[in-house]
Amino acid sequence: MSDRVPILRIGENLLVSIQIDLDDQTVMNLQEDLAAQVVKYGARGVVIDITAAEIVDSFVGRMLSTIASVSRLLDAETVVVGMRPAVAITLVELGLSLGGVRTALNLEQGLAILAKRASAGAAGR
Amino acid sequence: MTVAEPDVGEVRVQTIATSDDVVRARQLARNLAVECRLSLVDQTKLVTAASELARNTLVYGGGGSLSGALVQDARRRGVRLTFTDQGPGIPDVDLALSDGWSSGSGMGLGLSGARRLADDFDLRTTVGAGTTVTVIKWTH
Repeated sequence: MSDRVPILRIGENLLVSIQIDLDDQTVMNLQEDLAAQVVKYGARGVVIDITAAEIVDSFVGRMLSTIASVSRLLDAETVVVGMRPAVAITLVELGLSLGGVRTALNLEQGLAILAKRASAGAAGR
Repeated sequence: MTVAEPDVGEVRVQTIATSDDVVRARQLARNLAVECRLSLVDQTKLVTAASELARNTLVYGGGGSLSGALVQDARRRGVRLTFTDQGPGIPDVDLALSDGWSSGSGMGLGLSGARRLADDFDLRTTVGAGTTVTVIKWTH
């Protein structure tokens, strides 16, 4: 059985919080749902909150990289926030550096990164 | 080198036949890690290794099982996880254990990553008969 992870919309940004122990199909669904919603709402930013994630394995790590790449192609920036120290240590040992994925320590800082990008983009137009 | 067989506690078994079972295998690993009082970082490493190996059992082995137990030797406690399948086996173990190699859709970090995350790692495979991977994480 696979579930859908709820995607919240805050202004120009989408927010997902990875709370539960996700099975692989739910992870795949999230990837597709996010891409669809970025386009539907013209979102400029995606925040993925992994505060509650006890582990990030290679499958979820790949999902984070893919979401960041897909979002970038759709003109949205992705920020992963709230990674636990033990998760960071484990990811590096696993061999996943999540290159290309922006991170911030918490939700507030993640939203600040997106706000800065949005204002820089507006000034450049 | 001869290694003394550790004392093994009650063995708990989780069937791995669906994607939900991979989640249950992770939970079994987590429960054992907590009972063993592994450090938070070591718990995270063990559960992550379990997730990689359980997925391999399902995706490449066509399903199988996880047997988990607390173990104890003269000096320390640990958690031992054994993943068994009756799948096609691994023809080239060295290749399968190298980073980036994958016969499926993953990043090819499953086996090599799990080996790095565990303290002890043992892989036995027979082409056409199946694969058994055992990992142990010890308290320090």
